[in-house]
Amino acid sequence: MTATDTHQAIDAVWRIEAPKVIAGLARLVRDIGLAEDLAQDALVAALEQWPSDGVPRNPGAWLMAAAKNRAVDQLRRKTLLERKHQELGYEIETAQALAAPDLVSALDDDVGDDLLRLIFTACHPILPTEARVALTLRLLGGLTTTEIARAFLVPEPTIAQRIVRAKRTLAQEHVAFELPRGADRSARLSSVLEVIYLIFNEGYSATAGGDWMRPALCEDALRLGRVLAELTPREPEVHGLVALMEIQASRAKARVGPGGEPILLFDQNRALWDRLLIRRGLAALERADGFGPRGPYALQAAIAACHARARTPEETNWTEIVRLYADLARLIPSPVVELNRAVAVGMASGPAAGLELVDRLLSEPALEQYHLLSSVRGDLLARLGRRDEARAEFERAASLTRNARERDLLLGRARGESGDRGEKNDRR
Amino acid sequence: MDPKLLGENNMRFMVMVKANKDSEAGVMPSEKLLAEMGKYNEELVKAGVLLAAEGLQPSSKGARVRFSGSKRTVIDGPFTETKELIAGFWILQARSKAEVIEWVKRCPNPMEGESEIEIRQVFEAEDFGAEFTPELRAQEDRIREEIAKKK
Repeated sequence: MTATDTHQAIDAVWRIEAPKVIAGLARLVRDIGLAEDLAQDALVAALEQWPSDGVPRNPGAWLMAAAKNRAVDQLRRKTLLERKHQELGYEIETAQALAAPDLVSALDDDVGDDLLRLIFTACHPILPTEARVALTLRLLGGLTTTEIARAFLVPEPTIAQRIVRAKRTLAQEHVAFELPRGADRSARLSSVLEVIYLIFNEGYSATAGGDWMRPALCEDALRLGRVLAELTPREPEVHGLVALMEIQASRAKARVGPGGEPILLFDQNRALWDRLLIRRGLAALERADGFGPRGPYALQAAIAACHARARTPEETNWTEIVRLYADLARLIPSPVVELNRAVAVGMASGPAAGLELVDRLLSEPALEQYHLLSSVRGDLLARLGRRDEARAEFERAASLTRNARERDLLLGRARGESGDRGEKNDRR
Repeated sequence: MDPKLLGENNMRFMVMVKANKDSEAGVMPSEKLLAEMGKYNEELVKAGVLLAAEGLQPSSKGARVRFSGSKRTVIDGPFTETKELIAGFWILQARSKAEVIEWVKRCPNPMEGESEIEIRQVFEAEDFGAEFTPELRAQEDRIREEIAKKK
């Protein structure tokens, strides 16, 4: 193996093992910041030793053992220095736990629970959302600060600071490294799902910047979701979220044109939809359905599944989609859901019926600056032949979006509605 | 799109287990190996990297179609060059080839004695680079569309 090969292997091992090592250490030292520092130290040790000694047979256990030794050293030093420290008892206890010979095997048994604790802690509601996102990608996604910064188009020091602050907050607020139980659990799980879906969406329809999609983030979110689904196999909404992400990701290749421009659902070449991901998504939805009534993520997945099953746009079961949106609106009433329902109604019962619903949303303060309200309204008006109004709505939508590619698309549609070239509006 | 971001994350690999005399003779793996393999597959699922996996029947149940110009000849299995045959495969999604290699090293030996697992990266449209012009792409899209219509 050349040095480059070894470095790539170390990188790969890190990707695979880092979350488990950090999670195992965090349970012992009860501080995820310290746990990550220890794991990083172990990585540095690996970078020093493996190029000459070779990659060990069980690299995960090696990293864990190296990190554990450092933890013991640190704790001893700290215990000597702080004899009178009030947490002395606890620290000695931890030191003993760290010194236990069967530690590595014990960690293997509990690794699932440790990972789950790590996910819940990284997504703790005490942290601001963007900190949860950064911490989750860093600790569970195995991404470096540089990679996170690049993915979110944010300067690297900003991300680094977010992570440092988040770790400090968790330590200062004495957030326990525990699995939430009882009533707390479902709220905490919601926070985890929200973080994963946020990462996915940032990749799927980038809110800022020149690219319509950043697929790397979608992949990271999907991977996190799949991992979570195995850790919490009895949580229907986790499967619902995974189903939703798999099906949406199946369209990734079809929704970007050769020049990087977005292609909307009905104009997509459905032959490019990834059948493997669709199959996985439908299977995940079936898993979610095994637990009774659908939650918000499973409902959204079911809607996505309606599109995935239609081989042509004409085959879409709009009546079913309208029904699913009505269910969703009952569970999570929101103007955005209502807007989506209006689109479905516009398809199932014609543009006039859709427009009637959309017009009711015009006074919604939450949608005042929402480019999709204008874009949907423009589309319905265009289908009704009200071209001047349609053009004005597309122009307004273009002025509201922050995504450059989407702006081009909307301006294109606005141009399509201008003049009297008598062009047919080929919108279904 | 930033090709670096794409390449870094959007990688799929086909990981193929090569056949041997036993697999070609239809000898089923031992219970021990099945259990180990089950555990390994579970690890892959838990890590979120396994997209699909299948085991293949012996080549005696397969066939080949040989092309020579416009002529097509059907040859029924079994086929002799055992080591070149495939007994099963995984589709893995990973961030790098190195990561897949790490995973494959952890796989139990899929056969009694000697065996080999081959790792191949799946082509993505982006991989065709400049040769794959927008025109070619559009043509391929049209072809795919035609196929989809006929289904």
